[in-house]
Amino acid sequence: MDLSSLPRASQLVPDSNAASRWRPGLARRQGRVLHSEIFAPSHEAGGVACALALALDDLRNSGDDRLEERPLLWVQDEASRKKTGRPYRPGLPPELRHRVIHVAAKGAADALFALEEGMRCRDLACVIGEIHGNPRELGLTASRRLSLAAEKHGIPLFLVRHDAKRDLGSARMRWEVRSAPSPRGCWNPAAPGLPSWHADLFRARMHPPSEWILRDDRKALVAERVAERPDASTDLSPDRSPDHGDLVHVAGAGSLAAG
Amino acid sequence: MMLADARTLCPQLQVVPSDPAGDLAFLERLALWAQRWGPWSAMDAPDGLLVDVSAVAHLFGGEERLLADVQDRLAAQGLAARVAIAPTAGAAWALAHYGPPAAILPPGADVAAALFGLPVASLRLDADVLLVLRRLGLKRVGDMAELGRDAVQRRFRNRRSPAANPLIRLDQLAGRVPEPLLPVLAVAMPLVQRRLMEPIRHRPLLDQVLADLAADLVRELEARGSGARRLELGLWRVDGEVVLRRLELAAATRDAAHICRLFAARLDDVEAGFGIEMARLSASWAEPLALAQADLEAAAEQHGTSLAACIDRISVRLGAAAVRRPVPRGSHVPERAQGWASALEPEPASQHMLDFHARPLKLLDSPEKIAVLYASPDGHPRRFSWRGGVHEVARVEGPERIAPEWWREKGHVRLRDYYRIEDGEGRRYWIFRAGLAGDGRGTDRNGGIPDWFLQGLFA
Repeated sequence: MDLSSLPRASQLVPDSNAASRWRPGLARRQGRVLHSEIFAPSHEAGGVACALALALDDLRNSGDDRLEERPLLWVQDEASRKKTGRPYRPGLPPELRHRVIHVAAKGAADALFALEEGMRCRDLACVIGEIHGNPRELGLTASRRLSLAAEKHGIPLFLVRHDAKRDLGSARMRWEVRSAPSPRGCWNPAAPGLPSWHADLFRARMHPPSEWILRDDRKALVAERVAERPDASTDLSPDRSPDHGDLVHVAGAGSLAAG
Repeated sequence: MMLADARTLCPQLQVVPSDPAGDLAFLERLALWAQRWGPWSAMDAPDGLLVDVSAVAHLFGGEERLLADVQDRLAAQGLAARVAIAPTAGAAWALAHYGPPAAILPPGADVAAALFGLPVASLRLDADVLLVLRRLGLKRVGDMAELGRDAVQRRFRNRRSPAANPLIRLDQLAGRVPEPLLPVLAVAMPLVQRRLMEPIRHRPLLDQVLADLAADLVRELEARGSGARRLELGLWRVDGEVVLRRLELAAATRDAAHICRLFAARLDDVEAGFGIEMARLSASWAEPLALAQADLEAAAEQHGTSLAACIDRISVRLGAAAVRRPVPRGSHVPERAQGWASALEPEPASQHMLDFHARPLKLLDSPEKIAVLYASPDGHPRRFSWRGGVHEVARVEGPERIAPEWWREKGHVRLRDYYRIEDGEGRRYWIFRAGLAGDGRGTDRNGGIPDWFLQGLFA
């Protein structure tokens, strides 16, 4: 009997089991993730780009046509504005270009206020925040407050933390994102290709930790799994031994609120 | 003559700065007040008023008594006035400006014949037309009638505006052509106020008064079918000081709770002193807002605020300039291709942008200078250092040459060669070289070595 013809252990885990691995387009099944935190270095735009890509993935898969034309609130504190610049309309994803409302907050307290007000607003598609460092105002309490507001009103928040330590937080999904080398384009191999990001989902309530290479090919979010061990062969040939990585976390690695 | 010269000649000269806007506002008020003599009035800026007194003279005891009343009342206000009554607005204007004092042209009189003796300036013509007429030797209105219509028509055949064509003005004077006038209408500002029995000194009481005022104002606005865009709250203190708080809203609103909430954030620094004895709330800018069915669906009420309310709340705390929306602008220079408009303004019509070139996701507020290592001065960059980190260039696309806008900038602005860069770790940047070696536009006039800048971060 050929082993490869049998279903893999990971496929035997029923769909109803919440502790399945994250993948793009999950919003269609499980609803949108309401509070994500993305840690990113401030000398690149990978974190924000990845947040936008995740937000777009949610919007495309939410199955709600009313979200199509709703605006998006983008809040930046002053340090993020200085270090990473302001959103530039010609470079934004075409679906979001005309929908951005930008809030230039001074400090973290003002930014948190704007984020919370944004999540209370029923006319927004989602809220994107950028906060630099680990300000005192953004503690576990403030983070929990944001989570509760997001859950109460159902407006997702993507909070990008530039140059921040992984402090306590109550986000449902916490990512560590940095830019990854892009695939070679077919027209000009010497030019930078489709933007790619290395995203490490290190803490999630519903999913085991996993590492991904994400890219947005204008139609959908494409995710490739990064091998767990650096020495593992990267080719995904079917005769490789089945990957039981999933089962380890099913047992009860549901994350605590604190990271 | 210069003011200094005039003062030298006549040291007792009194000088008052001119205030055209104030004069116009005064004329507006005067036009409304002048409606005591007729059903409607129009402004004739900068210094005239037209009042329709058709069939109202008998209320004042005849036209002579009416004019006398006008002169008395204006003189009581300290205004010097010349008045006249005539069947047409043009004739009345001519008589008031150039006719005898308090002239009255009875209805049915031959208007044109009565005014033949007046100078041509009484036709309300532009200065250049008056100059032409004077050069032609036409000094009186009657001169033109003697000349004949065809001759005047030939001379001014391509002038359409009444102020440039004497024939049209003549016809208006005689009543052969209608002359529409724009009447002045009084629009009362929605305003509510409360005088308080006891001066209040504490915040909870003030909040209560504000809630009452807001409810009154909402009722007032509802009656007019409008919503407030700008609100002014005035608090009169016992010692005569007035505290003013102004609020602008992103969209017209008639929601008392929303108004109270926005003002609450602005009342923290009110100094009550010995107490506040009067509060007044006015909507100095109101927009039509149709009456709407109250939301029957309870879920919608629990489920958060509307977009306009959300923007109001944020901009009250962070300032109106903090909440904005990026809009495209007609320019090919990257930092000018994007402007910022207020959040709920409709997007201006613009040409669709051509996506020939990739543009970065984020643009730095000002380009940051970087040190670049290159093989040849106009070749691709190899390595650059920015903010203390060194970036090896792994992939590069460029140059995309963007020339300065010569119609906006000075001649020494250099062109830019933009490169899309991906460094060894996959970080993508937008850098440019300002100028070319030897283009003669550098800081030293013989063409300094071009500087490199980092302007944007790609996704």
